[in-house]
Amino acid sequence: MLLREVDYARPETVKDAIALLAENDGARPLAGGQTLVNVMKARAASPEVLVDLGRLDQLRTISFGADGMLELGAMATYAQLISSSEVEVARPILGEVAATIADVQVRNRGTIGGNVCVNDPTNHLPPLLVALDARFTIRSQGGERTVGASDFFQGVYLTAVGEGELLTKISVPPATSGTGDGFAAMTIGRHGTCIVDAAATVTEDGVRVVLGCVAPTPARVTEMEERLAGSDLSEESVRAAAAGVGATLDPPSDVHGSADYRRALAETLAARAVLQAAARRKR
Amino acid sequence: MPARRLLVHFLRDDLGLTGTHVGCDTGNCGACTIHLDGEPVKSCMLLAVQVDGAAITTIEGLAPDGELTPLQRAFNEHHALQCGYCTPGMLMSATALLERNAHPSEEEVRIALQGNICRCTGYVNIVEAVKAAGGGA
Repeated sequence: MLLREVDYARPETVKDAIALLAENDGARPLAGGQTLVNVMKARAASPEVLVDLGRLDQLRTISFGADGMLELGAMATYAQLISSSEVEVARPILGEVAATIADVQVRNRGTIGGNVCVNDPTNHLPPLLVALDARFTIRSQGGERTVGASDFFQGVYLTAVGEGELLTKISVPPATSGTGDGFAAMTIGRHGTCIVDAAATVTEDGVRVVLGCVAPTPARVTEMEERLAGSDLSEESVRAAAAGVGATLDPPSDVHGSADYRRALAETLAARAVLQAAARRKR
Repeated sequence: MPARRLLVHFLRDDLGLTGTHVGCDTGNCGACTIHLDGEPVKSCMLLAVQVDGAAITTIEGLAPDGELTPLQRAFNEHHALQCGYCTPGMLMSATALLERNAHPSEEEVRIALQGNICRCTGYVNIVEAVKAAGGGA
């Protein structure tokens, strides 16, 4: 398939990239291209200008910030997340989930920033980053702002990143004593499209449970979180806390699963994610 | 170079390197797999302009002097191809695996080839060939 004609720029600095995005109507950042190039082939998107972020090595770093946060550059690839010792130390679930995205070739190119900015409801990283209470740094010519995960994901294919803005990094609090993370998904084939997924984090402050693929944006399951407050997190109590979650959801029906099937999966996967998180609590 | 030119079309149509195949053209089948700075990627999901300055290896580069690599010989010996359409992509993915991990397990081979689809149902023999090239079969 042929793409529509498009202009192309490959800036050498983040500042130049943001200027190009701000000054050109219809400009879009090109990260790993594992979604954008395909939707351009299908003519589902036709940007006027592609601003290739490929030369911006400062967006590819994975490191710890002065405040101790795990800082993931927006252009860090899934392959980087999988092999990063910082991720392994701070929040290994990020590498584990990245390893289930698509295939080796896609993981070599696809980026965490691209994944979250596409905000396809079937992507695994959005619900996981909500569970991890990640923060998103967005830059524009006017300066920099930081958005929490619950405000970042705004709708299907829609995030807090506006025109002329660029997501530069995602900051994740490192696991501390008593913290454990879990993730469970039902997919088409082992690493295929998601039908429902669930991410959970257990900390000394409580439990966070987030479902993906059941709503336009990742859905926190606050009723279940409240039922788990002070819980022993035994299998029996976690399954009891998940019961009834499905009835609160209004998930889509499609060729991969009916709404009722997704409601049933949501309860099962939410319980699995919490049980995994509880079992992995850091001592 | 028009910005909209896909790398796979640049390789095939402009450079005449037709060993890299266009299969699904949607990023699923892996027939267009090449190495970009040593790592396997799908050349139908890259613009040619994006790889300016990078090192690209295509299937033609595996045996530039005509002498097959041990992996290519293993494909031959284990009947790891029937129609051959997926073979260049399979070889590029498996070559990258063996460069990182000279003796992969069957599980590792299968994960490395997950992005490559064979429609002659030849996976068993392909996996056998890669394991053999890695000294594991």
